[in-house]
Amino acid sequence: MLNVSIYRYNPEVDDEPYMQDYQVDTQGKDVMVLDVLEKLKAEDPSLTFRRSCREGVCGSDGVNISGKNGLACITPLSEAVKGNKLVIRPLPGLPVIRDLVIDMSQFYAQYEKIQPYMINNSPAPAIERLQSPEERAKLDGLYECILCACCSTACPSFWWNPDKFIGPSGLLQAYRFLADSRDTATEERLAKLDDPFSVFRCHGIMNCVQVCPKGLNPTKAIGHIRSMLIRSAT
Amino acid sequence: MANIRTMSFDAVIVGGGGSGMRAALQLAQSGYKTAVITKVFPTRSHTVSAQGGITCAIASDDPNDQWQWHMYDTIKGSDYIGDQEAIEYMCQTGPEAIFELEHMGLPFSRTEEGRIYQRPFGGQSKEFGEGGQAARTCAAADRTGHALLHTLYQGNLKNQTTFLNEWYAVDIVKNADNAVVGVVAIDIETGETVYVKSKATVFATGGAGRIYASTTNAHICTGDGVGMALRAGFPVQDIEMWQFHPTGIHGAGTLVTEGCRGEGGYLVNKDGERFMERYAPNAKDLAGRDVVARSMVLEILEGRGCGPDGDHVYLKLDHLGEETLNAKLPGILELSRTFAHADPVVEPIPVVPTCHYMMGGIPTNVDGQALTVDKDGNDQIIEGFYACGEAACVSVHGANRLGGNSLLDLVVFGRASGMFIEKQLREGINLKDASEEDIERAMSGLNRINNSENGEKASVLRAELQTIMQNYFGVFRRGDFMKEGIEKLKALRPRIENVVLEDKSNAFNTARIEALELQNLFATAEATAIAAEGRTESRGAHAREDFQDRDDENWLCHSIFYPESKTLGKRGVNFNLKTREAFAPKVRTY
Repeated sequence: MLNVSIYRYNPEVDDEPYMQDYQVDTQGKDVMVLDVLEKLKAEDPSLTFRRSCREGVCGSDGVNISGKNGLACITPLSEAVKGNKLVIRPLPGLPVIRDLVIDMSQFYAQYEKIQPYMINNSPAPAIERLQSPEERAKLDGLYECILCACCSTACPSFWWNPDKFIGPSGLLQAYRFLADSRDTATEERLAKLDDPFSVFRCHGIMNCVQVCPKGLNPTKAIGHIRSMLIRSAT
Repeated sequence: MANIRTMSFDAVIVGGGGSGMRAALQLAQSGYKTAVITKVFPTRSHTVSAQGGITCAIASDDPNDQWQWHMYDTIKGSDYIGDQEAIEYMCQTGPEAIFELEHMGLPFSRTEEGRIYQRPFGGQSKEFGEGGQAARTCAAADRTGHALLHTLYQGNLKNQTTFLNEWYAVDIVKNADNAVVGVVAIDIETGETVYVKSKATVFATGGAGRIYASTTNAHICTGDGVGMALRAGFPVQDIEMWQFHPTGIHGAGTLVTEGCRGEGGYLVNKDGERFMERYAPNAKDLAGRDVVARSMVLEILEGRGCGPDGDHVYLKLDHLGEETLNAKLPGILELSRTFAHADPVVEPIPVVPTCHYMMGGIPTNVDGQALTVDKDGNDQIIEGFYACGEAACVSVHGANRLGGNSLLDLVVFGRASGMFIEKQLREGINLKDASEEDIERAMSGLNRINNSENGEKASVLRAELQTIMQNYFGVFRRGDFMKEGIEKLKALRPRIENVVLEDKSNAFNTARIEALELQNLFATAEATAIAAEGRTESRGAHAREDFQDRDDENWLCHSIFYPESKTLGKRGVNFNLKTREAFAPKVRTY
């Protein structure tokens, strides 16, 4: 039997959060953490978490698993269990709505701040805008972000200034548009990021890189933005 | 007294996936007060899981490609019950819709010429089936759905669409004229129930793959739109037509794109034989999905399956080389390593046909207007009600959808619905207000669950439902088995209606949502079962052992399931092409 300890909090019932212990029979199988959560919810429907695709592409089930942020659906027990114990908590740093469900408004607000859409005011051609494979390759490692918030909620700078520091996820997306050969708003985008907090609160801690379930590297993208900002200032 | 708050909009779209967000974008751009009700944050919608691409004759891979060839392939793929007018519209308008997405920023993969990369997919041909395999599926690596969904969300942010994120639509509100005037919805975070009033209500609620035990579909694909429509007394069309995707990962059910075979991968049985050469000598592994899925099941049933239980076959990719796999199918490498514990660079992926797509749904015309059929067999428009995407049956997929056509369907018809509603709003829509009783009626299902006391748990009932559907309504079907399945569903119905909600709290109560979703799963499953038993022929994805041939004399038509009588009717297939003569049904071989 696997010992599972889960963060519980229902604002209508509980004065404060607590850890609830469960025992789960996994029949020795190396299932995913989400499978364990689903099994427990079948028994205790009040247990609350988000989930959708169950294959690591929708970004719903970011949680803190035995101390590390990750997606429950693609984290196998073999990576998550320490000493026959699995500890599941909500992603840190954002308000908890209930159990493992956090209020992500601040995270989304930072995403919206970077104008996460193509800006190109020249008249569109009758077909697609051409882009070479090399130009397109610059978007690899950027466009794949699933907005799960594992990175930003693992970032001490984001914990400290979630309202002013864009955070690793938002900055990765900022660079996705800065790096796109089809986007023409580079100067405008850089100007909006040019303050002491938006980008420069990143201290290169690199927790974001360590936890990203898609293997992306926000720190590298932030480095590119810094270089662009410095270059545009000189 | 329906003592709830009312929110009013010009248009409300239920569902924040590809078709919903495409419709919303159109309406937001037009300046009408538009809201999207979505039970998950939009980028968590199931469109995100689409991998291989979006099929469209943009003439990048082949400068001479023609949308008419795509139209022919789609009609043949549908086994001739796709509506030809709708297919013509989709294939002809497609390129415009794709270029709009590209201009919006969708990061398509590219050719050396800088154009959008296209790969071969199943059922594609040149020159109306005479010119060999085409490569017509536009791709962003193997993450096309992700790229498309995020681009659409971004476009909606740019145009300031109102999103009611993590809201769940419970039921349709109809006025005294039987017109749709909005929905009752729950704000999941607070538990507040609201009447969302609208002049136009668009269902873009996606599929219902979760009626089966083994599915590529996300947990959220629970047929909410179909369930709500049926409860409101509206019919559904061709709901017996379920696509089983040939390559779901054995055990996990997660999808492995048809693009794998498009890039040169192929299926083998336990003897290492490339068995599709026997079943489809020309198209081989790129035959229609229904054909490939049935061939795989036959291999397994005849003892040539792989693994200790001989219950799957292998998808071989290693011969393509690591470089190609990394460039073209990076997501598949990830998924296979995670869920099959197999590295496709060196070993094959264990795969099995897995429930994937609902070809049927709410019948609509090309403008997205939902239809019902009157006593004399004539189409009647349901005022105020629209549908697009997988929830709708427009019908471009007929009895079998071609790979890459679902993304095109949702973009083209999301857009078409938006444009049509915009026009109607400009001309003025006048629907009678709902009365207290009308709203109260739409709350009755929710009230029943909120007042439930001693029923069974949703999880137990859901598992039972999924097992029945898997066992009795799978790839191969038989009348006597299906009758047995229908009896089992009948017995399950009162138990599901009586599901218990133990936790009555309001804050983010997902147990309440699951109990409501279960009602929709059941409604969709029951319609599927009755329609499948009623269609006494084999066509496309509907393969009967007791009626093995296609029967054009009796069944070259849509099935229409009427919820109140639980009976099956027929509706004519549209054979009216605007640009040429219709394609007459032919024997379908690959």
